[in-house]
Amino acid sequence: MKEKIFLYPRFERFWHWTQAFLIVLLLLSGFEIHGSLRIWGFEKAYYLHVYCAAGLLILTAFSIFWHLTTGSWRHYWPVKEKIPQICYYYAVGIFRREAHPFEKRPDQKLNPLQRIVYLFLKIFLYPLQFVTGGMLFLYKWWPKLGIKATFSGTVYWHLLGAYAFLLFFILHIYLTTTTRPWYNHIRAMVLGWEEVEVR
Amino acid sequence: MAVTSNWCRCTSCHAGYGWKDRHFDFAPEKIDCLVCHDTTGTYKKFPTDCGYPPLKDKLFAGKKLFKAVNLSYVAQHVGRTSRESCGKCHFYSGGGDGVKRGDLDSTLRAPSRELDVHMDAEGLNFTCATCHTTVAHEIDGRHYDTPAPGARRFALPKDDGHRVRCESCHGRRPHRAEKKLISLKHLKLNDHTDRLACQTCHIPFYGRGLPTNIYWDWSTAGRFKNGKPIVEKGPLGRPIYHTKKGTLKWGKNLVPEYHWYNGTMRYLLAGEPLRLNAKGQVLLIAPAGEPDDPQSRIFPFKPHYGRQPFDPVKRTMVIPKLFGNKGSGAFWTEYDWQKAVTAGMTEAGLPFSGKVAFIETVHYIPLSHMIPPKEKALKCAECHVRQGGRMEKITGIYIPGRDSFLWVDRIGIFICVLTLFLVTVHGLFRMVMSLKRR
Ligand code: HEC
Ligand code: HEC
Ligand code: HEC
Ligand code: HEC
Ligand code: HEC
Ligand code: HEC
Ligand code: HEC
Repeated sequence: MKEKIFLYPRFERFWHWTQAFLIVLLLLSGFEIHGSLRIWGFEKAYYLHVYCAAGLLILTAFSIFWHLTTGSWRHYWPVKEKIPQICYYYAVGIFRREAHPFEKRPDQKLNPLQRIVYLFLKIFLYPLQFVTGGMLFLYKWWPKLGIKATFSGTVYWHLLGAYAFLLFFILHIYLTTTTRPWYNHIRAMVLGWEEVEVR
Repeated sequence: MAVTSNWCRCTSCHAGYGWKDRHFDFAPEKIDCLVCHDTTGTYKKFPTDCGYPPLKDKLFAGKKLFKAVNLSYVAQHVGRTSRESCGKCHFYSGGGDGVKRGDLDSTLRAPSRELDVHMDAEGLNFTCATCHTTVAHEIDGRHYDTPAPGARRFALPKDDGHRVRCESCHGRRPHRAEKKLISLKHLKLNDHTDRLACQTCHIPFYGRGLPTNIYWDWSTAGRFKNGKPIVEKGPLGRPIYHTKKGTLKWGKNLVPEYHWYNGTMRYLLAGEPLRLNAKGQVLLIAPAGEPDDPQSRIFPFKPHYGRQPFDPVKRTMVIPKLFGNKGSGAFWTEYDWQKAVTAGMTEAGLPFSGKVAFIETVHYIPLSHMIPPKEKALKCAECHVRQGGRMEKITGIYIPGRDSFLWVDRIGIFICVLTLFLVTVHGLFRMVMSLKRR
């Protein structure tokens, strides 16, 4: 039997899709600045990158506020249970139509694996990209800000972060399709309601 | 080539008159005031008269009439210097209009805005002295190995008399948006000025006035056709072969070469051992500067290539005597390098082995004039591009878009592509399994 549950409130959906859009643009323009792609030309790509980064920064500030005030930050609190079962599910169970070992509920929206990955994203990758990106932008003010680093070293870390985001992006998109029907998760992120099996 | 032993020809521009040999005293009364202060345009020096103007009508090379100068008329019309007064020498350095520099030629007498925003005859109409201000007649600019000043953000005349630098008038952060409150473009343009000279972006091409000489092969000079000197004109209307000068190459609208430059040039002096660049060319005059020196900037240059006589035994450049009477050994009368070099080196008092050969040379000329309107400044992508950009050969600096971390890129792309492959396989397998079940 299936049941519809409400998972994602309006702000969360807005936040998710705006963030997704900005990250795609940041990846494209970033890799164009880096010289790997050719879409808008260096100049426009650079401005786009800076504007998107500023947009993402503002959005992130709001979302931090939202998470703290609504208590939604609890969804990211890491837990140990069921991690091996989930790994087993994606490696074998999924092909046998077994049920996902994790039960999605409004009070636990993210499975333990997601919690680890998103937490890593939030406390490590986001700050890494914001700090190195901000440093690159303010490069000429380093002496005044007392920053001692090299430009190329900062680019190096920013680039590593960019590849990590790209990797996350590929895995994330694929994993959204691992439900039945395949668009179930995506629809939930658009409408807020998700169909789950009742056990 | 040097002034020594060619005094009378060269001193029509190189300081002084009555300068016949090395023993000239640079007393003020011997400095010709009128070259710079004449406003009548009639004060012209006879090219080979040791810096004296003709007092009688005289023919140069049997063709060009040099009218006698009416000195009292000129003297009653002295005035402020003009572009013409400085141009009389500076437009013609290297032996003809625009030959040597590629950013100073006679089109600057009355240039359009397109050619030069500052000297634009209908616009700002700067004279040379507007920028090259003088303090007690020390014309500001680079004086050999002393850089033009500009360490200060604003160099006011009161605390810094020598002030020829774009920054002296425009400041270090000259770009601002006309309407917008903040503009990312202008902000970032300003962020470049600590490593790039203004000229780098604002002089996208040189030789925009007249064709300028880019290669000068002296080794072929001295050929005759039926006993007559040859002058062969090329497509740009300039000689590509000249019996007196050799083989010449010309160019217009050329892309500068970029180098780190701290405002000083390294000169190879007569008698010094040769310094070669990677291409095996002798560096006659080359910019000094390092990427990690905060005073150095990336600066545009015109490279002037050539083949010049040198002493293959002592491995030094030599000074041939070019201009002189028959019997003096001068090249332009006897066309014999051996004799010309022997005569030149004897006059200069330098050792010479007696052997003459030719070697490729290069001489860099810093470009600072013929600034086109701002729309013509270099675009971001002309430098920030992986290959073939203007900054391709600049070392010691990370330029986004040009540089990358090869291994980070390789591993990053490898992991991402591998992941993409794995999830595709995973997805396909899921599809197959669900089809089977049906
Ligand atoms: C029409 C005037 C004129 C004549 C004639 C002239 N020069 Fe010059 N020369 C200049 C000017 C102007 C410069 C200043 C360099 C510059 O513009 O960068 C110069 C600079 C030089 C320099 C310094 C290197 C450089 O290019 O910066 C040398 C060497 C030189 N001249 C040699 C000669 C010799 C040798 C002769 C005689 C054959 C000669 N010049 C005749 C105008 C002239
Ligand atoms: C290399 C070119 C040059 C030569 C040679 C030269 N001057 Fe000048 N002189 C200038 C420049 C440039 C100025 C600055 C004002 C201007 O643009 O006329 C100036 C300014 C002056 C002034 C002040 C004008 C004023 O209104 O402030 C006097 C007086 C003067 N020169 C006299 C002389 C005398 C006398 C001689 C000969 C000994 C001489 N100059 C040689 C370039 C030259
Ligand atoms: C009589 C010819 C003559 C006139 C007129 C003349 N100059 Fe020069 N100038 C020279 C020569 C020659 C040199 C190169 C000095 C040398 O190499 O010996 C030179 C050097 C310079 C330099 C330094 C360039 C360097 O390579 O270090 C500047 C700047 C300069 N002149 C500006 C001016 C200005 C501005 C005027 C007009 C007010 C002017 N000159 C008028 C002949 C002239
Ligand atoms: C818009 C201002 C401006 C004007 C106008 C101007 N100059 Fe300059 N000039 C410069 C600057 C800036 C430099 C570079 C000085 C440096 O960094 O060494 C320079 C350098 C020079 C040099 C030395 C180049 C070298 O080899 O280092 C000469 C010679 C010169 N100018 C001659 C002239 C003459 C002649 C005129 C007039 C036809 C003129 N300038 C007009 C700004 C100007
Ligand atoms: C990275 C290349 C670059 C460098 C370096 C650079 N400029 Fe510019 N500059 C430009 C471009 C591009 C524009 C046109 C800006 C626009 O579209 O408004 C410009 C415009 C200008 C303008 C017109 C006014 C304005 O704000 O648009 C001035 C004046 C100017 N530059 C002076 C300088 C001076 C002085 C320096 C050296 C301190 C310098 N520039 C260095 C690229 C450069
Ligand atoms: C003697 C002072 C002075 C010096 C030196 C000077 N400039 Fe200017 N420049 C001006 C003035 C004045 C204007 C006109 C400003 C305006 O129209 O608002 C101007 C305008 C410009 C413009 C704008 C042209 C446009 O399209 O609107 C550029 C670009 C520029 N300068 C570049 C340079 C560069 C590069 C140098 C150094 C080689 C330089 N300037 C040296 C005074 C100077
Ligand atoms: C003449 C070549 C040239 C042009 C034109 C140019 N740049 Fe640069 N740019 C450089 C060089 C060289 C560096 C590295 C030097 C440095 O540290 O500033 C650099 C560095 C940068 C950086 C990284 C350092 C920083 O300050 O953030 C950015 C971003 C940048 N450029 C953006 C631009 C944009 C945007 C434009 C066009 C509006 C532009 N560049 C035009 C040569 C150029």
